[in-house]
Amino acid sequence: MMKLADISTQVARRWPGEVETRLDVSSSTCDLSCTSNALPAVCTWLFTEAGYSFAGLVAEEGASQWELRYLFYGERAMGWVQVIIYAPLSERTFPSISASVHAADWHEREVEDHFGLVFEGHPRLGDFVLHDDRWQEGLEPMRHRFNGREAVGERQPNLHWRPRRIVHAPGSFMMPIGPVFSGGTEPVHFLLETVGEDVIRTIPRLFYAYRGIEKIAEGRTVADALLLAERFCGTSAFAHGLAFCQAVETISRLDVPPRARALRVLLAELERFRHHVAAIEAICESTALAVAASQTAMLQEDVLRVTGALTGHRYLFGLLCVGGLTRDLSDTDCQDALAAVQHVGLQLDKIEQLLRFTSSFLDRIEQVGVTAHTDVRAYGLVGPVARAAGIARDLRKAQPYCGYEALNFEVPVENEGDGYARLRILFAEARQSVRLMEQAVASLPAGPVTVPPELQPGAALGWTEAPRGAAVHWLRLGEDGQVERYRIIPPSFMNWHGFHLAAEDFAFQDFPIILATFDLSVAENDR
Amino acid sequence: MSGWFLKGVTTGTKTTGYPAHAEGAPGVSPGRPVGGAYPEREIPLLVARCPVGAIRPSGQAAVMVDYRRCVHCFRCQRGLATPLAWESGYEWAGVFNDQQALDHAFTRSVNILVVDTGDCGACLNEVKQLNNPYYNMHRLGLFITPTPRNADVLLVVGPLTDHMRVPLQKAYEAMPTPKRVIAVGACALSGGVFAPSFACNSGPADLLPVDVAVPGNPPPPLAILQGLLVAVGRKSPRPLESPAGDTAQEVSAR
Repeated sequence: MMKLADISTQVARRWPGEVETRLDVSSSTCDLSCTSNALPAVCTWLFTEAGYSFAGLVAEEGASQWELRYLFYGERAMGWVQVIIYAPLSERTFPSISASVHAADWHEREVEDHFGLVFEGHPRLGDFVLHDDRWQEGLEPMRHRFNGREAVGERQPNLHWRPRRIVHAPGSFMMPIGPVFSGGTEPVHFLLETVGEDVIRTIPRLFYAYRGIEKIAEGRTVADALLLAERFCGTSAFAHGLAFCQAVETISRLDVPPRARALRVLLAELERFRHHVAAIEAICESTALAVAASQTAMLQEDVLRVTGALTGHRYLFGLLCVGGLTRDLSDTDCQDALAAVQHVGLQLDKIEQLLRFTSSFLDRIEQVGVTAHTDVRAYGLVGPVARAAGIARDLRKAQPYCGYEALNFEVPVENEGDGYARLRILFAEARQSVRLMEQAVASLPAGPVTVPPELQPGAALGWTEAPRGAAVHWLRLGEDGQVERYRIIPPSFMNWHGFHLAAEDFAFQDFPIILATFDLSVAENDR
Repeated sequence: MSGWFLKGVTTGTKTTGYPAHAEGAPGVSPGRPVGGAYPEREIPLLVARCPVGAIRPSGQAAVMVDYRRCVHCFRCQRGLATPLAWESGYEWAGVFNDQQALDHAFTRSVNILVVDTGDCGACLNEVKQLNNPYYNMHRLGLFITPTPRNADVLLVVGPLTDHMRVPLQKAYEAMPTPKRVIAVGACALSGGVFAPSFACNSGPADLLPVDVAVPGNPPPPLAILQGLLVAVGRKSPRPLESPAGDTAQEVSAR
């Protein structure tokens, strides 16, 4: 395995004079400043040979130069690697790395829409975040000169926009679904390319829920930006809020008290447990297994009530603050909540046993929505979807935070990559979450739950393993403690990119099942 | 398969007694702040702490809370010398702004079209909870329908992103009259923490005539249930401000 300390020697040998390395052991991060020319080769080497995962691309418009930051992470000894290129603001063209680091594909499209930067060699730029039929080209909302607080007045959208077709065969047509479809779904549009019964390819069109979180966070105080971090994806609010807080705490070198760290683990795992129960419910519902759907729906409501009774809010809003938590939870309350969650966990085990022997259910999810290990790796998929296809990387183990390194838990892995494997992962992870909650409650340290937040300017990464996978937040704070740049890379953004891998060559009636087993959130993706 | 049958039968009845009886289980609602008397000296601090301007001074030594804006950040409850009073309960839905009193177009079975216009997922999840056995909205003749052609009530969650304006308008126009619009959640009532911005509006009210408002971030399932019952004239609306001001409309339902 590559070690973080070896990166600089390796890079110096391969690209002499083109890459400047800076190793920061305390944060186990290695910065590689490189030239535009060397960028594709360095990123490709990290991704395909050195075994790093691509976490995301952060573009920043500085006072006089562009700063493009390609984030990579690996197992614990591999740390974080940031490949950075600087260029004057007049420069608008950069090399694309997505030909070999396919995980960067959507990141480059997003930066193109946000900043108007062109990635040379990228096959498909435009009409991504901002839909061409609503917005004119060249808006570039993330540039500093764009005022995000006001509605955009006169517009000349492209009314000739038509979806791109890939299949050109006699009798083939496009079946549109969404953005308003089914009973109470998130807004997303699908184009199913079909020749009748069988769907050949699925093209999702996203960002109907685009609220411009990254833009409207700019200029806000840290406390107000935290409201956005918590509320852009309500179903994994705590994980994203925590990633944001950890970024601020890294910048300001705040030491979160041990009690707050233990409670954060407890609440993060409670959220994961609730999310996984909800995801299992969605899978049961998609296969029209009514009793199982009702049973799991009740379990979800049970966990929501436990969460509400423990913390005051059913979705854990308003608990996090920079430096700790806004309120303490008593030891007895935590023990009561744990006992209730353990009871739900036992119920869940029983449902798993029943599902395992329900052949009508298994027939519908086995061998459905299969993703191959190599594709999952190339697309950089994360979370339960990746772990169902043999990729075990979990930020709680790979780059531990909040004291996860001291806790005992396993990262379940399956290799089939089909709907059933993803369901098994959800059950197994829910069990691990209960195990983590037990450990957190068993050893709750005494003491305060917050430190005074004395903010300092700077920039840092914050990350958590959200219920759907790795969540990475990049934050830059100014002198006055206000947010200058906030970049959110949510797990759904990575996984929507690979959704079409699972939704290829299937029959129409399998579509809801594939969608449910892929466990995607539109709100989390769109931001 | 017999296992599922047994599981179902042995589970027993779980459904809430609401609306006939109050629901008292812990954790069904986050509760919400209550306006009223407050130490005068501390009012400016309290008002400044509210990130969405939901708390306003009201007279000499009192504050009022606008539930259309409140996002449950708990800043008026935690970390203050005098926390604002907090009420439990879940009957929060009221008649939106200047709409006339609701007539009684719907009294029996009602079909609901749910449109997500950029919601974070929490409100939508709470709406979905209404179908679970604890709340079981079917027993009250309320059904979620996938098509606007079949819908009587349009339930909107989310702050109405720019991309969802046209789909929402089309969905509304495709519904037969008479129809009602319910806006669920602080985002759908005021834009919440997201508006105003280039990408988002302050809820569906600037596009559609909203009849019923269900405040909360997210409102618990029982509040949404009450909102649906208000829309069909089977429950009384509640004021959207606390204490009830002149702008809050007290409309008695049959």
